[in-house]
Amino acid sequence: MSAVVAEHDDHHDDHDHGPAKGLLRWVITTNHKDIGTLYLVFSLAMFFVGGGMAMIIRAELFEPGLQFVQPQFFNSMTTMHALVMVFGAVMPAFVGLANWMIPMMIGAPDMALPRMNNMSFWLLVAGVSLLASTLFMEGGAPAGGWTMYPPLMLQTGKALPFAIFAVHLLGLSSIMGAINIIATIFNMRAPGMTLMKMPLFVWTWLITGFLLIAIMPVFAGAVTMLLTDKYFGTSFFDAAGGGDPVLYQHIFWFFGHPEVYVMILPTFGVASTIIPVFARKPLFGYSSMVYATASIAFLSFVVWAHHMFTVGMPIAGELYFMYATMLIAIPTGVKVFNWTATMWKGSMTFETPMLFSIAFVVLFTMGGFTGLMMSIAPSDFQYHDTYFIVAHFHYTLVPASIFILMAAGYYWLPKWTGHMYNEKIGQLHFWLSAVSVNILFFPQHFLGLAGMPRRIPDYAVQFADWNMISSIGGFIFGASQLLFLYIVIDTIRGGTGEKVTDEVWEDAHKHGLEWTLPSPPPYHTFTTPPTVIPTEHI
Amino acid sequence: MNKDIDTKQKNTRLVRTLVLVAVGMFGFGYALVPLYDVMCDVVFKKEKPGIPVAAEEVSYKADKNREITVEFMTTVNQAAPMEFRSETKKLKIHPGEYYTVNFYAENKTDKEMAAQAIPSISPGPAAEYFKKTECFCFTEQTFKAREGRTLPVRFVVNPEIPEQYKTITLAYTFFDNTEKSVK
Repeated sequence: MSAVVAEHDDHHDDHDHGPAKGLLRWVITTNHKDIGTLYLVFSLAMFFVGGGMAMIIRAELFEPGLQFVQPQFFNSMTTMHALVMVFGAVMPAFVGLANWMIPMMIGAPDMALPRMNNMSFWLLVAGVSLLASTLFMEGGAPAGGWTMYPPLMLQTGKALPFAIFAVHLLGLSSIMGAINIIATIFNMRAPGMTLMKMPLFVWTWLITGFLLIAIMPVFAGAVTMLLTDKYFGTSFFDAAGGGDPVLYQHIFWFFGHPEVYVMILPTFGVASTIIPVFARKPLFGYSSMVYATASIAFLSFVVWAHHMFTVGMPIAGELYFMYATMLIAIPTGVKVFNWTATMWKGSMTFETPMLFSIAFVVLFTMGGFTGLMMSIAPSDFQYHDTYFIVAHFHYTLVPASIFILMAAGYYWLPKWTGHMYNEKIGQLHFWLSAVSVNILFFPQHFLGLAGMPRRIPDYAVQFADWNMISSIGGFIFGASQLLFLYIVIDTIRGGTGEKVTDEVWEDAHKHGLEWTLPSPPPYHTFTTPPTVIPTEHI
Repeated sequence: MNKDIDTKQKNTRLVRTLVLVAVGMFGFGYALVPLYDVMCDVVFKKEKPGIPVAAEEVSYKADKNREITVEFMTTVNQAAPMEFRSETKKLKIHPGEYYTVNFYAENKTDKEMAAQAIPSISPGPAAEYFKKTECFCFTEQTFKAREGRTLPVRFVVNPEIPEQYKTITLAYTFFDNTEKSVK
């Protein structure tokens, strides 16, 4: 509970020096704060690239009929939007937060493997660039959906091997990042920072790291099989050679289900970090949060076939995957309960990070409930491949992962930059986003239940009204995000001019070591480990 | 400083383990291929889609009181240059009795063609009662330029098939395999 006397002894260490001069600093840097910044800036850029693709999709769906783009390009847009958002925006954003915050949260001077850290960032850039280059290739960018099911995916033109190699690079980058984070958490903690005293963000990332190491290689294997099926005469998924396309779906979702948790577990971690600070209470049920995260991660490996209830599985398989999936609601429910209990009778204030976090708790729960609906195998036959699915996973990703990334941005920007962001514009950004995200995605539930399929550029006129409303919500949501971009740039350049304290938020120093450091923190922090560990979050 | 060296050693050891796990999981992805077959065969006793093998000719006691409609469907994969049709569209059969139906396939190109037909039976659970003793789908078929020929299928439906199955659809898809076979 007591404050830490942070010791930054800049003269003590001979190797202590500032960043390299000039642009080259960003290329060769091995500093966890620099690399964290690179990841965050890159993911923000990709958020707008992926968002631009979403705007094309919503513009085309504004009215029935073909307005702006051809069906092939439309399908490229849905595919690339998903790949860019998953591998270019959400995952790197959380790796960026991990780089910036984990060493500062556990009292370490840097990540365990700083050079590998640099390499994993630049592999990410290479992977995403390779993926983006497919947009300009003969036959167009991949259009078979981000799940890349054969045989459809094998009809991709010249872009196929490039998309596959891009996935390899992205996978390699993720695995290296994950190894680095696990090594940092296991070996670099300050004395006294026991595992059960770590902030939950660190805990959720530790578990996410293991998920990544376990699943990314499986995905790499699956796309390699696609590659050899197409160019080297193997028949893993080719029925004519004795293969089975359904096998791909099993391998893909063995990766794919844990993959969606890779995007949500760190989200849980950030929410568990922010809510106690603004409720001015310790987190309710710290250890149950840790165990719930671990349970969710474990369960994610044994539920994959709920993505493919309609492939003609034996009834025993359907029942098993149905009940196993429903089990996930229990640890998830524990988490939602704990967040709510943390706020219960707290002295809450509603600054922008808290607003985004509360919206996350409410809207993520809605996405969770539709997930529970879809876990029921017989009903899933109606929902499968409709806009109901689109609504479900966007509720668990946009007002959940993305909102929490926004919350994290507002929460830590003053720490990173030493400047306060503009609270008024921040709140405007929140309200515009929170209202428009529901206008955007809620009608998609109705569209899906009425039978509108995913991944189509044109639709029956009966779907026209809700699609138009959804598109309007989409345009407002898209435009509102420019406010965030403005706030980030404005804050870096001085913000409101208000000088922020070390702890920024009232009593934040009780909740995490990062608030005991100056704002902005010096280039090297905790070169001597902190002596007192805050325990308010436990 | 000793502590630094210690951390370095610990890091190296941990990284080595984690890299091994990652490599192992890459292998696991490939291990899923045979595992999938095992799951289909052993656990769910379900015929995996793909190239089937001939069933043994067993004589069943024909059930003259029951009638099942068998429908025949044909598809050519990805607009392969073939003609492919069934000479019988629909047949009322008694379980336990053997029947032969003819299909017709023709190579529409001026080159030799290798093609593989893949059957599919729906509803899925009826598949284990539907036995083919003779079928052009057991092996790859080669067609000379412009060649067309009749392809017979001999089958029986096991009389133990549950009452609920009144209609069974047998669908064939012909895949043009010429490129892969040449390789």
